[in-house]
Amino acid sequence: MSDEEKRIGVFICHCGSNIAGFIDVPAVTEYVKTLPDVVFATRNLYTCADDGLTSIKESIKEHKLNRVVVAACTPRTHAPLFQGTCQEAGLNKYLFTFVNIRDQCSWVHMKEKEKATEKAKDLLRMGVARARLLQAQDEVKVGVTSAAVVIGGGVAGMSAALSIADQGFPVRLVEKESELGGFVRNLSSVYQEREDAGALLKTIIDRVRSNPNIEVLLNSEVISADGFVGNYDIIIDTKGQERNDKVGVIVLATGTREYIPKGLYGYGQSPNIVTLTEFEKLVKERKLPKLSSVAFIQCVGSRGQDKSYCSRICCNVSLKNAMNLAENYKNMRGLEGTGAVVEAAAPKETPSEGGERRHGRRGRRGGAEESEEGGASEGPKLEIVIFNRDIMAYGVDHELMYNKAREKKVRLVRYTPKNIPKVSVDSGKLVIDYWHDTLQMQRRMTPDLIVLATPVTSQADAKEISMMLKVPLGQDGFFLEAHVKLRPVDFATDGIYVCGTCKGPADIPEAVSQGIAAASRASIPLARGFVQPEALSAFVDSEVCSGCGNCIEVCPFTAIRKNEHGKAEVTIAACKGCGNCGATCPENAIFMNNYSDEQLLAEAKAALQEAKG
Amino acid sequence: MTEWDPKIVAFCCNWCSYAGADLAGVSRMQYPPNARVIRIMCTGRLEPEFILRAFELGADGVLVAGCHIGDCHYVSGNEKAEAKIAMAAELLDVLGIDKRRLRLEWISASEGRKFADTMKDFVDKLRELGPSPLKGVTQ
Repeated sequence: MSDEEKRIGVFICHCGSNIAGFIDVPAVTEYVKTLPDVVFATRNLYTCADDGLTSIKESIKEHKLNRVVVAACTPRTHAPLFQGTCQEAGLNKYLFTFVNIRDQCSWVHMKEKEKATEKAKDLLRMGVARARLLQAQDEVKVGVTSAAVVIGGGVAGMSAALSIADQGFPVRLVEKESELGGFVRNLSSVYQEREDAGALLKTIIDRVRSNPNIEVLLNSEVISADGFVGNYDIIIDTKGQERNDKVGVIVLATGTREYIPKGLYGYGQSPNIVTLTEFEKLVKERKLPKLSSVAFIQCVGSRGQDKSYCSRICCNVSLKNAMNLAENYKNMRGLEGTGAVVEAAAPKETPSEGGERRHGRRGRRGGAEESEEGGASEGPKLEIVIFNRDIMAYGVDHELMYNKAREKKVRLVRYTPKNIPKVSVDSGKLVIDYWHDTLQMQRRMTPDLIVLATPVTSQADAKEISMMLKVPLGQDGFFLEAHVKLRPVDFATDGIYVCGTCKGPADIPEAVSQGIAAASRASIPLARGFVQPEALSAFVDSEVCSGCGNCIEVCPFTAIRKNEHGKAEVTIAACKGCGNCGATCPENAIFMNNYSDEQLLAEAKAALQEAKG
Repeated sequence: MTEWDPKIVAFCCNWCSYAGADLAGVSRMQYPPNARVIRIMCTGRLEPEFILRAFELGADGVLVAGCHIGDCHYVSGNEKAEAKIAMAAELLDVLGIDKRRLRLEWISASEGRKFADTMKDFVDKLRELGPSPLKGVTQ
């Protein structure tokens, strides 16, 4: 192969202005033409677009290219696309290499065009140096175990399991609790139409239970997983009983738990200060106390108070609950006296509140409507206030619900992070002192119940699962997908997929969509019946190998064994190409496919070509 | 060469630190353009020889960045890297190269900020240290 003439083609992407706006692409292209073995170099507005890909294919034929370099965004998202293009033009995909000049160059040096251009030239010189040493590789085909395991039996996991099972593949649905349903089991109703959450869950659970392809394993956890896409050996623990199993793919849907607002807004000081989910449970179990005044406080522990993120769903949940109270309070209460938490609840009229009410009536034409409603059999009207930083009722239906809540006289009072409502408990009575930003006045409210809208957070065992499966967690402890836009339900590791609230706040429609999406992705290797692991494996030169066994010791996948001649031998299907063996071999007898010593050193040399002072 | 500016070779593992570097870009975090990243599958792939060679070739600093301990995509490659880097640092010492020119960092796929901050900090430190003593030495 070393005698073969190298003909390298280089394609440099403008990425619209994402690259070309911060790097002098024409100058880089001209420079690349001067590099050894480069017979063709061009630039494209978008190399990943149809005309860009066509230009690669045509140039391979026209210029008899036998190596292709694309300089663009990042190989993590786009290498497979360009490798596929090379293959279509008859070029082995291992004769392709990627140069990252966007994510690691133009986007991080936006104010230094000259230096960014110099860096891009260096990076291309490195890419071309690597390309010169690339070798064609054959990928071995490995069979697939046609079965899936879904970890987590909430709505996302059940949707994923159903979708995989409906395609004809057996699924183990592993749930650590004693029932299916996940987080939604806590809820009384779901927005917007306040459907019964239990009835909704029952529909899905019945479908799961009656599907012959789904095996439901309750009180169970996956405690070990080894292998690679298509071939995982897992151990499922059910109440101490271990079972070894083989699956081809793993779908992670481990869900979420509610943030407990310790030390925030008087939580824990009164049974009448509850979280949103505790409120749902009170409603579900018909234990709601007698109420004349309710306050919801939004963004408790989220958006910088403790967790950095917005939990997204809580505005809509609070609006739904406020609407439920406004329209349906009597039915929510159930029978008088059942577990009432509040003993007496007389309508409250503190002077300042009264003043505001009068103000409110004067300011609105809806006064008549209110008294009409207030005159219904419920007695005095229930006061409902939602303290919020801003209501995130995103989407068409949510915004309509928000408008409807306002029509129903749900009061939305804004607060700022610098001036949050102060909750105190005065001999069992709840007091909220707050600054009314619109009225520019300090005010007081004495509700019977305070509902704290806290975010959903990652599960306690997320770290453990992340380490078991070798998949990453993001900064807030949720699982991190391969790419937020392009690969939203994949992990970077092939064969493992993620959906639902274990990857961030999501409501039911979103969790179900993600579950179905993950199932669709997971079914690809199952349907194809084989996988072709990347040809990155290690090779042992048995002539040089001394049989010391160091490589066997460092291999994390027991992919190396000593053969009958006392020499190390690699099981290609089990090797993942990490290179730990290659770095450890004292004889330099191990060659790493596609990341050889020569290639890495050539890159380093090219990087430093201009550096020798 | 006009004015000296530190040149860094950065070996980043494919699964964590290379992704972290991408995230710094997606988040438009700005950092000095002194490093040239070489993507490797795992920091455990690095032979101490690569690091010595990089200095021999004129690098002012070498950064090795991988997954946090316990997070390695290949279970424990980063632990092996840690041992090898320590060995390389000792060798640099023997050769009269300041050990601070070799830096090992754990940067996860979600730590774009850490990647950018590491770059800034490393460049500052190397500016203080000045050009590598091997600069201008013939191979």
